[in-house]
Formats: sequence, structure tokens, C-alpha cells
Amino acid sequence: MAEPLDDYIDAVSQALALPVEDAWRPAIRANLEVSLRLGRLVDEFALPDETEPAPVFTV
Amino acid sequence: MTTKREMTASDIASAVAGRKMSALDATEAALARIKQHDAILNAFTDITADRARAKARAIDADIAAGKTVGPLAGVPFAVKNLFDVAGLATRAGSKINRDRVPAMRDATLIERMEAAGAVLVGALNMGEYAYDFTGENVHHGPSRNPHDTTRMSGGSSGGSGSAVGGALVPIALGSDTNGSIRVPSSFCGIFGLKPTYGRLSRARSFPFVASLDHLGPFARSATDLALAYDAMQGPDADDAACTTRGIEPTLPLLANPVSDLRIAIAGGYFQQNLFPEAVEAIGRVAKALGATRVVDVPEAARARAAAYVISTTEGASLHLDRLRKRPNDFDPAVRDRLIAGAMVPAPLVDRAQKFRRWYRAQLAEVFKSVDVLLAPATPCTAPKLGQVNFNLGGVELPVRANIGIHTQPISFIGLPVVAVPVPLEPLPIGVQIIAAPWREDIALRVAYALEKMGVVAAPSPKGF
Repeated sequence: MAEPLDDYIDAVSQALALPVEDAWRPAIRANLEVSLRLGRLVDEFALPDETEPAPVFTV
Repeated sequence: MTTKREMTASDIASAVAGRKMSALDATEAALARIKQHDAILNAFTDITADRARAKARAIDADIAAGKTVGPLAGVPFAVKNLFDVAGLATRAGSKINRDRVPAMRDATLIERMEAAGAVLVGALNMGEYAYDFTGENVHHGPSRNPHDTTRMSGGSSGGSGSAVGGALVPIALGSDTNGSIRVPSSFCGIFGLKPTYGRLSRARSFPFVASLDHLGPFARSATDLALAYDAMQGPDADDAACTTRGIEPTLPLLANPVSDLRIAIAGGYFQQNLFPEAVEAIGRVAKALGATRVVDVPEAARARAAAYVISTTEGASLHLDRLRKRPNDFDPAVRDRLIAGAMVPAPLVDRAQKFRRWYRAQLAEVFKSVDVLLAPATPCTAPKLGQVNFNLGGVELPVRANIGIHTQPISFIGLPVVAVPVPLEPLPIGVQIIAAPWREDIALRVAYALEKMGVVAAPSPKGF
């Protein structure tokens, strides 16, 4: 049975021309689930519109 | 008592400069230790014996001619195999990179170490493409923990931790994107410095996550760490992120008292998900420094999440073409994480980078009232090689992804950290001494003071 992320994985792998063999799919899905869960944690934090990305320490 | 096997870099440099030992003898001793023990430790992937002997002879010739030699004269060192070494393909722990054209020129940091008189003896094992906290490598085998060879060295600079922890060399260089200097330091019981982001040049090293990559030294004492760090400082136009600040030597400040420093323990997130040995280590260090104040670091869990997102996506971008052309030549675990990273929607990456600025401002506020934060380097001592899960805070979690939970929120905004080894039995464990940006001198000073108090030390290797 197809998992919820499988259609998304198929679409992105096609868009980026990335190979995804069936045997790799469960691990890729599991890793993507972790990344998206952690991404949501970042996403749900409200930031001002003016926020600039990425600090680099300078003199 | 210091044995010849465990001579520090400063011991060797002063013996060589004082003509009590030749640079060639120091080099031969290191090569002999590597030959004797590396079959077990598996720290080295390349040994540059001919080059090392030639360099050592040149130093000895300079001394014989009465020329002044550098502060690391005759000190053997080795580098994680993501540093370019002239004549070697820069593997970065991979099978794929073994096909690269050999490097034409050494990495900047190797050039600076050798300009100070140090002698490169080889390149070191590491987790594939630095996407690792274990020190395991499917292509070359794992680098092993010098205190128990059935355990992990930590990653991704596993060979660096194993080589210095095993006293094969007094100094090694490594990289730290999310904890890859601090984790092996903790597991192998040695000192490690992850400097401020942009402080040390990354020129001619193989990257992982440009936003977060740092290079730095490992050693068996705070003094050696400062010696190596001072030798490597300075601007470098070949690394776009390298600071234009001048050299700020730390060695002359090392023995300054720490009684005037405001030292606090990182609270909240940093006091959770710890095994008893990590709690014990922090307690010992805090007690020795008289630190009782606990300071909360706001949103550290979110900082770790943002570091994770940036790492997996920038890493995926770096390797996109290799993933297309040679997916079966990757470690499958690394490949599957990178492919997943390529699929993370772009807005999440942008938000992670914006969160980084917000979080940096919060930490800047914290550092208005403290000079040093203490935090665990790892949740536990070195796990068994191949161990998949551990019980963290009552939850069964994957080891590989969670070893660096206490290091990631710190490197995320590039703060300087010295990982110091607390010599617990049966295995050592590290504590992070964290300072404000550009204040490596303070973190090193605290490490030195703790060493003088006998609270931290690199234990003699007893695993082989």
C-alpha cells in the first residue's frame, strides 16, 4: 500500500532526475518524515517579515 | 608522568628546539606508533612517511644551521581526509572521491601548521562526507575508540579522535558542522576546539554544509590546542567565509585567572536527555569553576531542528550530481538521508536561515551577562560500534541522529567551543566550554584552568 509521502517522493525525484529504487524508498521516506517534522518546528515559529537570513560573524 | 608515548606537542617542540630530540626522531616515533597500533584503531587512511621524514630532516637542518624554528617544530600531526594533501585524492570519507585527481596543493591549515614547524604524517578516517556522528565508515571500516576498541570513536572526525586519544599523534585537525570535533573529543577523551565560524580558513578542504562548516584542532592538552590554533589563525582570501580579523594569539593569555569570568550552566534543553555520566561531568566542571547560575538558552530545540534542515538540504545540494550518477557508491545510510534532504521544500530552508538570525540575537543577549556557558558535549559516553538505538529521556531513539543534540544548537550560530575531557571511569566524556563570538581565548583559558585543577585530562589509552 502506498504511503502518504510516496507520490511526493515520486514527483520530486522526477523533477530533480534523482534515482529512487524501491529498496531505498522506506529509508528515504523515514528520513524525509524527520526532516519535515523538524522543518515544521521551524516553520511554526513566527518571525518578523523583515528578518534577514543567516548571520555570518564579521568584524 | 608523561611517557614518551604521550609527549605533548609543546613537550616535543621544546625538546626539538632545545636540541634534546631531533625532529626526525619525533617523526619516527610517531610513525612507529602508527605502525604498531593503527591496525587496531583504524584511524589512518594514508600515511605520508616520505614527506614527513623530508620535512623533519629540513627542520633538523635549520636547527643545525642556527636558524629560528617555529613553535611546533618537529610536532607530528595528521588531518581528517577531507583536507587537501598534495599528491593525495581528497576522499572525505567516501569511495567516490577516491577517483578524484590528487590535490595539487595542501589545505591552508596544513600549510600554516607546517610553516610553524609541524610535520604531517598522514590523513585520517572519517564518516562519509562528514554526515556522521559515529566514526563508522562502510568503505574503510570504523575508526575505533582508544579506551575500548569495541566502541565508537565518534564522528565525523573519528580518525582524528582515535589518533589523538590513542596518542599516535599529539595533534590532529578535523571539521565540525554540527559537532564533528566535539563528539569525537568527548568519546575519545581529548581536547577539541571548534572556533568561531569564519575564524579558521577552510580553503582546500572538502565541504559539507557551507553555512555551518568549521575546521579546528584536537590535542591532549589545552596548551597544545592553543599552540595549534594560534599557528592556524589569520585571514585567507581563498575562503569566502574567513574573517579579515588579524591574528589574536591565545597562548599568552592561557594562564590568566578565570576568577573574573562569569560562568553559567546552560539550562533547559541542555539539562535534558542526559545519561548519568553526562550529568556527573557537567557537575564536576561546574563545581570546580564555582558555577551555580543556570541560564536558559531560548529555543535551543528549534535551533537544533533548523541546523538539521540546513544540513540535510545544503548537503543534498552539494552531492546532487553524485546522487544521480553514482548512488550505489555511497554508504546507503548517507545516500538515503541526502536524497531525502533534496526533497525538503525550499521555504523551510529559508525559514531555518532566518530563524538562525533570531536565535543569534538571543544568544548575544545571554552573553551580555555571562562570559562562558557550560553544556554537555554528548548525552553519553561512547556507544558500542554498530549500536542502533539508545534510551534517551525515557524514549528509544536512533543513536546516529541524536549523539549531537547538545552540540548542534551551538555550532548553528558559530559560537567558539572547547570540548574538555572529564576522565570518568570506565570511559571519558566531554563538556562544552562555550564563549561569545571571537572569544576562543576565554574558552581556552577555562579549559587550561580546569586542566591545572585536575578536573579535566586526556586519559592514557587503555583499549589496546
